[in-house]
Amino acid sequence: MKSFIISIKIFLFFTVLTGIIYPFLITGFAQLFYTRKANGSLINIDNKTIGSENIGQQFDTNIYFMSRPSATAYNPLPSGGSNYGLTNAKLKNLVYKRKKQLVIFNKLDSLTDIPSEMLFASASGLDPHISPKAAYLQVERIVQARNFNNDQKLKLEQLIKNQTEAPQFFCLGEERVNVLLLNLEIDKIK
Amino acid sequence: MNEFSLIEFIQLVIFFGLLIGLTPVLGNYMSKVFAGNKHFMLPVLGWLEKYTYKLVRINPTEETNWKTYTINLLLFHSAGFTFIFLIQLFQAYLPLNPANLSDVSWHSAFNISVSFITNTNWQDYAGETTLSYLVQMIGLTVQNFVSAATGIAVLMALIRGIFRKTTDRVGNFWIDLTRTTLYVLLPLSILFSIVLVGQGVVQNFKPYEAVQTLQGTQQVIPMGPAASQIAIKQLGTNGGGFFNSNSSHPFENPTPFSNFLEMLAILLIPASLTFTYGKMVGSVRQGWTIFATMLFFLVAGLSISIYAEYSANPIFGHLPLMEGKETRFGITNSVLWSTFTTAASNGSVNAMHDSLSPVTGMIAMINIMLGEVIFGGVGAGLYGMFIFIILTVFIAGLMVGRTPEYLGKKVEAFEVQMAIIAVLAPAFVILIFSAWAAVGNNGLSGINNAGPHGLSEILYAFSSAAGNNGSAFAGLNVNTVFYNITLGIGMLIGRFGVIIPVLAIAGRMAEKKIIPPSSGTFRTDNLLFIGLLIAVILIIGGLTFFPALSLGPVTEHLLLRIGITF
Repeated sequence: MKSFIISIKIFLFFTVLTGIIYPFLITGFAQLFYTRKANGSLINIDNKTIGSENIGQQFDTNIYFMSRPSATAYNPLPSGGSNYGLTNAKLKNLVYKRKKQLVIFNKLDSLTDIPSEMLFASASGLDPHISPKAAYLQVERIVQARNFNNDQKLKLEQLIKNQTEAPQFFCLGEERVNVLLLNLEIDKIK
Repeated sequence: MNEFSLIEFIQLVIFFGLLIGLTPVLGNYMSKVFAGNKHFMLPVLGWLEKYTYKLVRINPTEETNWKTYTINLLLFHSAGFTFIFLIQLFQAYLPLNPANLSDVSWHSAFNISVSFITNTNWQDYAGETTLSYLVQMIGLTVQNFVSAATGIAVLMALIRGIFRKTTDRVGNFWIDLTRTTLYVLLPLSILFSIVLVGQGVVQNFKPYEAVQTLQGTQQVIPMGPAASQIAIKQLGTNGGGFFNSNSSHPFENPTPFSNFLEMLAILLIPASLTFTYGKMVGSVRQGWTIFATMLFFLVAGLSISIYAEYSANPIFGHLPLMEGKETRFGITNSVLWSTFTTAASNGSVNAMHDSLSPVTGMIAMINIMLGEVIFGGVGAGLYGMFIFIILTVFIAGLMVGRTPEYLGKKVEAFEVQMAIIAVLAPAFVILIFSAWAAVGNNGLSGINNAGPHGLSEILYAFSSAAGNNGSAFAGLNVNTVFYNITLGIGMLIGRFGVIIPVLAIAGRMAEKKIIPPSSGTFRTDNLLFIGLLIAVILIIGGLTFFPALSLGPVTEHLLLRIGITF
């Protein structure tokens, strides 16, 4: 009986300590020192929130860079992948279908080597990045859709270069471009 | 991204260098904490420890025998279970629920409660659409701490059983629980969660943010106190994500650096505990012997996984297999994670394991099936490894015809019987429950992939439950009465079916005398022993699970080689 009472008391004690004090302490610190990041790195334009730089968005019009395929169509509620195994025929069909669509949409040569992240869906369904190579493949299509001249095209290519993030600290992760941030910049090209 | 590069190799070297370097540092600190010696956190938090004992009325000098220790542990978990179960059932009526989420179903609430008290953190739910901030905080985050602390507490009781002689006292559960939480888990979590927020992990109590995207569609972005929970979920080998897609979610793991740290956090405490173990049983070398054995399995599994994931196949040719993987992590970091998280009983994921190549997925499964002893869960990995050590010295003793002993303690029938129970309990769950699910409509209706991969999904689910891992081939729809209940029971058997025998061994060993080593003593800290231990683990794991694996991932791999899809 004594143990029973102790077990309840100590459980409540840890609930207060690790379930209330600890998260509130971290929230307080985070809100003080990393306000923007702690609140989701949201992007505001003209006082309107248009998204988060960490959460990918669906892009399928010809004036923007496309994002990766997503099993949730970039709906974050809830996040998730396709969970297709490699021997699932649905996955195989999807990959070949996506490849064909990308080739037609971007007017590419059918033998073009398409970066594989553009053919496979991400884990979270919210992947904000694509590889720089996948971005360069889309340049010509955007230039045509936006009637860009040669000068503007060069700016666009320079943009991809500027926005490319190298592996962090030289050796962590992969080279990548944030699609939303990139597309925000295209609108600024005059 | 197309091949394993030099840069990625450098990352690996840095990672293992850090892991090996930090093991003695943290290990030494923990040995001081648990022996009750002076350490640098005492001036900072010593008052809180004393206050806890006073508040709860524990006598800090009192120790108990193994039975009381076990009963206290079970009572504590019952309180935890009841609490989380109830707050989920009445979630809609409780505060801090800005997304207005409704009450959780009874069977899902049962599964989630069991999952978090057993350090499994299996998720039949999606955090962002199922659980309120309140439940995540005062329900799940708390269990992330105390279920991890329980694993370490059991290990401490076992260590005392080994180095003490002719006593029936193995320690005080409340004190072990308190010290682990206050001096080890809490400080590390505070440090780690702050670094994570700096990388972009969210930490707030704001309502979900509805936005109009650049292209003009609606998107609702979930929020919440994520960083504080993610820190302990990685450190305490818990693995339950704040969001559905776990550490692949950009809010949970935004950058390659956060990814690196989260991977390090998976292995940090389990690895360091091997040093703590060595220090406390009086032979640092013994600790490193265990570390080396674990490292062998880890590196072997990792090498096979990397090779398999980069191999071409007839279905997709040389296309890098990016299904269920994130661009910022690429293939290498996804495979590193899948190996670490299953070796260490963590169960968080940064890529969808269901979409890994069959061999990589199989390695993940084998890591779990071998008993979660490749570093394993905090505390749990090491007491699991101890079970295999008992079996190894027993088998070695049989071969040379001497009474087996370990660190001066005779290993007798009782210890071996308990060890066998601890090995068979999880194996029973994996094989029998998987077979049950595979023959009835209840189980089969949850499958997401046809062919042998479907069987792999079921096998993985019960392995994950029994090994208290928590990762999944997540295509399997497990939020049904059948799976919630069977997996819940599986987790309970896998956790307490090992803890109780281990504590029984601890109690029995504490009562024994210590025999001074002689020339005939079988050494347990050299290469020969490492070899024997590896063989015993492989033979037991191999013989138990090879038939099941051959029907699932092995068959799938062979069919993949000839380009067959389902």
